[in-house]
Amino acid sequence: MRFAYFSAALTTFALSLVFSIGLGLSQTRAYVIEDHRNYTWPGDSSILRIISTADVNVFEPIIVEFQRSYPGITVDYTIVSSTELMTALYEEGASFDLAISSAMDLQTKLANDGFAQSYRSDATDALPKWASWRGQVFAFTQEPAVLVISEAAFEGMELPRTREDVITLLRDNPERFSGRIGTYDVRISGAGYLFATQDSRNTDSYWRLTEVMGRLNAQLYGGSDEMITDVASGRLALAYNVVGSYAASRLADSPGIRILQYDDFLNVMLRSVLIPVTAQNPRGAGLMIDFLATLDTRAGLERLTNLTPVKSDLYATNSASRPIRLGPGLLVFLDQLKKEIFLRNWANAIEQQ
Amino acid sequence: MFWPAKSSIRRRLTVQLLVIAAALSLVFFLIVRVIADQAATATQDNILLASATSISDALYSERGAVTVEIPYSALSMLGTISQDRVFYRVSEGGRTLTGYDDLPLPDVAPRAAQSRFDTFLYRGETVRSVAVSRTVSSGGSNVDVTVVVAQTRLGLALISSRISFFAAIFGVLFFLVATALSLLAAQSALSPLERLKQSLQRRGAHDLRPVQAELPDELTPLVDALNNFMGRLRASLAQSEDFIAEAAHRVRTPLAVVRAQAEIALRRVERPENKTSLREMIRAVDESSRSAGQLLDHAMVTFRTDALADDEFDLAVVTKSVCDHLLPTAELKDILLIQQFPDTPCPFRGDAILMQNALRNVLDNALKYSPADSTVHIGVDSDDQGYRISFNDQGRGFGSSDVASLTQRFSRGSNVADIVGSGLGLTIADEVARAHNGRLEISSNPKGPGACVSLIFPQP
Ligand SMILES: Nc1ncnc2c1ncn2[C@@H]1O[C@H](COP(=O)(O)OP(=O)(O)O)[C@@H](O)[C@H]1O
Ligand SMILES: [Mg+2]
Repeated sequence: MRFAYFSAALTTFALSLVFSIGLGLSQTRAYVIEDHRNYTWPGDSSILRIISTADVNVFEPIIVEFQRSYPGITVDYTIVSSTELMTALYEEGASFDLAISSAMDLQTKLANDGFAQSYRSDATDALPKWASWRGQVFAFTQEPAVLVISEAAFEGMELPRTREDVITLLRDNPERFSGRIGTYDVRISGAGYLFATQDSRNTDSYWRLTEVMGRLNAQLYGGSDEMITDVASGRLALAYNVVGSYAASRLADSPGIRILQYDDFLNVMLRSVLIPVTAQNPRGAGLMIDFLATLDTRAGLERLTNLTPVKSDLYATNSASRPIRLGPGLLVFLDQLKKEIFLRNWANAIEQQ
Repeated sequence: MFWPAKSSIRRRLTVQLLVIAAALSLVFFLIVRVIADQAATATQDNILLASATSISDALYSERGAVTVEIPYSALSMLGTISQDRVFYRVSEGGRTLTGYDDLPLPDVAPRAAQSRFDTFLYRGETVRSVAVSRTVSSGGSNVDVTVVVAQTRLGLALISSRISFFAAIFGVLFFLVATALSLLAAQSALSPLERLKQSLQRRGAHDLRPVQAELPDELTPLVDALNNFMGRLRASLAQSEDFIAEAAHRVRTPLAVVRAQAEIALRRVERPENKTSLREMIRAVDESSRSAGQLLDHAMVTFRTDALADDEFDLAVVTKSVCDHLLPTAELKDILLIQQFPDTPCPFRGDAILMQNALRNVLDNALKYSPADSTVHIGVDSDDQGYRISFNDQGRGFGSSDVASLTQRFSRGSNVADIVGSGLGLTIADEVARAHNGRLEISSNPKGPGACVSLIFPQP
């Protein structure tokens, strides 16, 4: 039914690579593509080229609904990691009409360093103030970093509510949690790095927690998905700092997992979109931004994607919520020295063997 | 400013005040703009300096190398005032430790604990930058490290343009208020002149009394000069009236003697041609003395209208007395006087002597320009509008004379033919009517041939 509006073509990373080499694209491409899809609009259409860090299963419903709202646009969807997105736009000047990423720091850097175009419409004007920066970066979802636990592993125990609770719990039950804690490897995951740096900025317990996790031989992951899978399978007892929307989308098919939100503070990551300076279809890009900025008016999509649209009443729903603020502050942890030192400290804490 | 000598004082005053107000508004606008710009720049400078200082405070040396851990607040504070782009560079003797290595360093590094502000173009936008220096001891030697923090200026431009916008609105409002006030000021400054003008306009044509209005000091010389001038005018008028009266008097007395002698002679002579020429003589003498009388009358009227007596009298009674007075003249020509008065009294306030004089002149004309054996109707009408005293005769009428000019001194109609006259009768009647707020109406007799002359007075 949904597919009546477009035809989806899936090419794997390898295929697309072969494809582009085969066509002998003049521009050599060094950034790594994870996945690529083309949602062709039959007949006359303009093409909207999106580079994004969001998985197909999260974003496909949005594209379908977008094409239904604004017919005549073929969407070309390229999935990359947040660091590869940066490489593509910042270093290689790749041409895309829209960049969607959950790495707020990198999006901020793109805008700050002059790689983004300004855009303004009624929809963007209606966004809460904290959800846009410079009229170039627009946040459209809010995704808290949560704790995902295996209910089995926590049987008979009181559930932790704060980071201090987690520290105490891990210290008191080393035998139960040893080797069964999962967290991001912040050296390879952009979201993991963002959450970790914001944690370190907000509380001193972060470093103690990291040390405790290191002592208990924490497992390091590149993405939220695998972590959730392992919690569901029982390999992990808990996963620290998992993207809430992913966890929520897995609740249905993964019995036995549970999502806990911290009471001390809850980092809320904003997934954001910008129009790169290299865009060839900025008009189409503007339409997509309008569509994303008004996501809260499409309850159906919210259910399909498990994404929480930005809302101005964020603070009202959870007083511990701290949306990570877009702005130059985010450039600090991208500073090369700062990053080196942070990663060194982190590695020292987490790798104690 | 150069003004044509004739341009209005009010316009001059208003334009000058407006020019001043416009200049003040402009100055106000410019001052606010400059202050707003300076305040905005100062705000940005303070935050930039705080940012650069906190970065330089975070410099330290580790294993023989200078390093820095940029505090989160160092850059986040720059995001608090605006959403401007932020650039920074930490460099040690030209070698970039971290940050944007194409961000220009100041030509001369600031000395320790000092800062250098600069504005330049970077990555296509104007940025404001601050550079601070610090000496870090590292590996046994001292190293000079320069920290530059720069920020684009769009947010501040926005703030200062908003302030400028409000300043412009205030400037315009100020100008409008000043305009209204200067119009009022010009109005009130000129109001004594206006009062003077009105008090002069209100007076009658012959009112030469000194101006009494309360006027500001500046106008006193003008009014004094005016009063002085009017005094002289009045004196010279009085003199000439005196002169006329005197002359008329002096002519009348010998004329009376001549007339008496002529009458005696008339009785003595026998020959008809001598009788005829003596009668001609008597008639001419009569006319001359009548003219001299009218000159006297006119001099008196001019004199009395300046200071009108305030008598109470009945118009019908006065009219009747005038008719009685001229009855012998009428009988001489066999002219019938038909008088018609209202049943009710006709009370009136004014100068009875002047009124009598005016009515006599009009009736005298009616008799003079009527043929023998005719009728003159004299009527007094009264209604709520006022009184009308009319004299209808069956004489030659005004013919083609220009009626409007007949009331001028010494003006006579084209219909007079052989009839002698001075041209003062209607002048006297007209002046008296106007001195009593009334008017003289000259027309042809509505009921047949002849003239109709009426004096009309509004109800007091
Ligand atoms: N009753 C009248 N009938 C005809 N003409 C008249 C009459 N009264 C005045 N006029 C005209 O008006 C002129 C001015 O009158 P007035 O001032 O009395 O001077 P005058 O001494 O000539 O009578 C006269 O010369 C005459 O032409
Ligand atoms: Mg006359």
